[in-house]
Amino acid sequence: MSHFLPSGLQTMLPNIIQLVYLIATGIFIFGIKRLGSPATARSGNQLAALGMLIGIVVTLFDQQILSFEYIIAGIVVGSAIGAFLAKKVEMTSMPELVAVFNGFGGGASALVAWGEFTRVADPTIFSGQDLVTTGLSILIGAITFTGSFVAFGKLKGFISGNPLTFPGQNVFNALLSIGSFGLVGWLAFDPTNLIIFWTLFGIALFLGILTVLPIGGADMPVVISLLNSYSGLAASMAGFVIGNNLLIISGALVGAAGLILTNIMCESMNRSLGNVLFGAFGGDNGGDGGNTGPAADTDKTVHKTTAQDVALQCSYADKVIITPGYGLAVAQAQHVLKEVVDKLEKKGVNVKYGIHPVAGRMPGHMNVLLAEADVPYDQLYDMEQINPEFKSTDVVLVIGANDVVNPAAKTEEGSPIYGMPILDVDEAKRTIVFKRSLSPGFAGIDNELFYEDSNQMFFGDAKDTLQDLSQAIGEMD
Amino acid sequence: MSGLIFNLFIFVLASFVGFELISKVPPTLHTPLMSGANAISGITIIGALIVAGQTGDEWAQIIGFLAIVFATINVVGGFMVTDRMLEMFKKKD
Repeated sequence: MSHFLPSGLQTMLPNIIQLVYLIATGIFIFGIKRLGSPATARSGNQLAALGMLIGIVVTLFDQQILSFEYIIAGIVVGSAIGAFLAKKVEMTSMPELVAVFNGFGGGASALVAWGEFTRVADPTIFSGQDLVTTGLSILIGAITFTGSFVAFGKLKGFISGNPLTFPGQNVFNALLSIGSFGLVGWLAFDPTNLIIFWTLFGIALFLGILTVLPIGGADMPVVISLLNSYSGLAASMAGFVIGNNLLIISGALVGAAGLILTNIMCESMNRSLGNVLFGAFGGDNGGDGGNTGPAADTDKTVHKTTAQDVALQCSYADKVIITPGYGLAVAQAQHVLKEVVDKLEKKGVNVKYGIHPVAGRMPGHMNVLLAEADVPYDQLYDMEQINPEFKSTDVVLVIGANDVVNPAAKTEEGSPIYGMPILDVDEAKRTIVFKRSLSPGFAGIDNELFYEDSNQMFFGDAKDTLQDLSQAIGEMD
Repeated sequence: MSGLIFNLFIFVLASFVGFELISKVPPTLHTPLMSGANAISGITIIGALIVAGQTGDEWAQIIGFLAIVFATINVVGGFMVTDRMLEMFKKKD
């Protein structure tokens, strides 16, 4: 597109492009900063999109770009697919969608490096460092590509959510990883040897599959976050390959963001990243509230309750806290819950939502699901904010949540969830657990909370029980 | 200073900026943040444009075309779905 410009401008063009890239970088940083607060987040995302658009448009003026057929076709096809997926997805399926987008992003970085490598008839004109970054871009991009799609398959249930392992798997994967780095180095010395190139590409694709398969379905969000970090790194490496600072910086920003989120997620589950990646922990057979497992084999008794009783207790309470879990979303009960809360607020009850950081299928997922049901975000409280408040709370409604309110995390050293930060609902004067049955959550452990004297169980599907509750509150007037 | 070292400086400094920016984000926004950051990683589209727009090697152009399709799905879909989520975040009135 540069030939449309006057010749004076053409000579300055490379510098102008770089300066515009600098502006785009600033917009990205500013946009990510604004993503950090609910009030400004939407504008932050839009700013980041604007930065991307500016970057794309100015790149079209690059003097290396001479033909536009493939570019236009690619953008049209990609936009159509992307927009379709973004519009159509259910909010409960966000983890799958992020995995898919992430896979495409990583794949694109690998393709960019491959294209650069193919374009040059004689790869020996590349410097050693260019070849190393080309190799790394292909390695990381291809791992991200296949890894993300395996994660997608596990989340969707196409591939078993249980950890798929074979003896010596970790050793095998470690050897493959080391081998692939060796190939990256070898390629730098012998770039004309296409066998090395293709072996590297193949191993990288294979490695993405092999490293994600042994990880349990419940840990997929951590994996996606880590792969998100990888796709940032891959973009950064592609930036090294084509010598583009905008790519290097944006990729590094995303790489860092992904790593931090991964770390936060591991902390909220009290697991180390190593344990998530190599521990083959947990299957997808848990998911509480959605399935009717057998009642726990126990002599201990629980107190059952009814809609009328719950309505009475809530209506005369000063303060009610609701702690929702993914079971709420499985039952599609967010809207009914909102209805119940509205009725209680009309009666002058102070109602808050306490959200565990890993409630839902990915961190922060529950907030999105409740936002979809028009619950205002200033009614949602993070674990740290809400925990000191349980002591002074009359009634806590635990809906579709289990492990995140299990006191065993604080008291039983042998328990698999010991040390995991939980919502301290047991400190409240009364807890009412909405649940289908006494089946344990995904960690597969019994919950002492259910047998406490201060606890009552309200059995049934979350949507049905909440509907009954809403009606019962209405009938009290 | 060689190009690689210079680029490494940029890479490392940008990573620090990323760590600083994200570590203060409240858990409420983690899902939109993940999908928004994911959209930004589609920046690799700029590399894809350059590969697909160069004439000479038809194969490289076709690979570049595929790269553009992939990256555009990531970028357009990522920003749109993030916007869809954040649109729903409302303050109590």
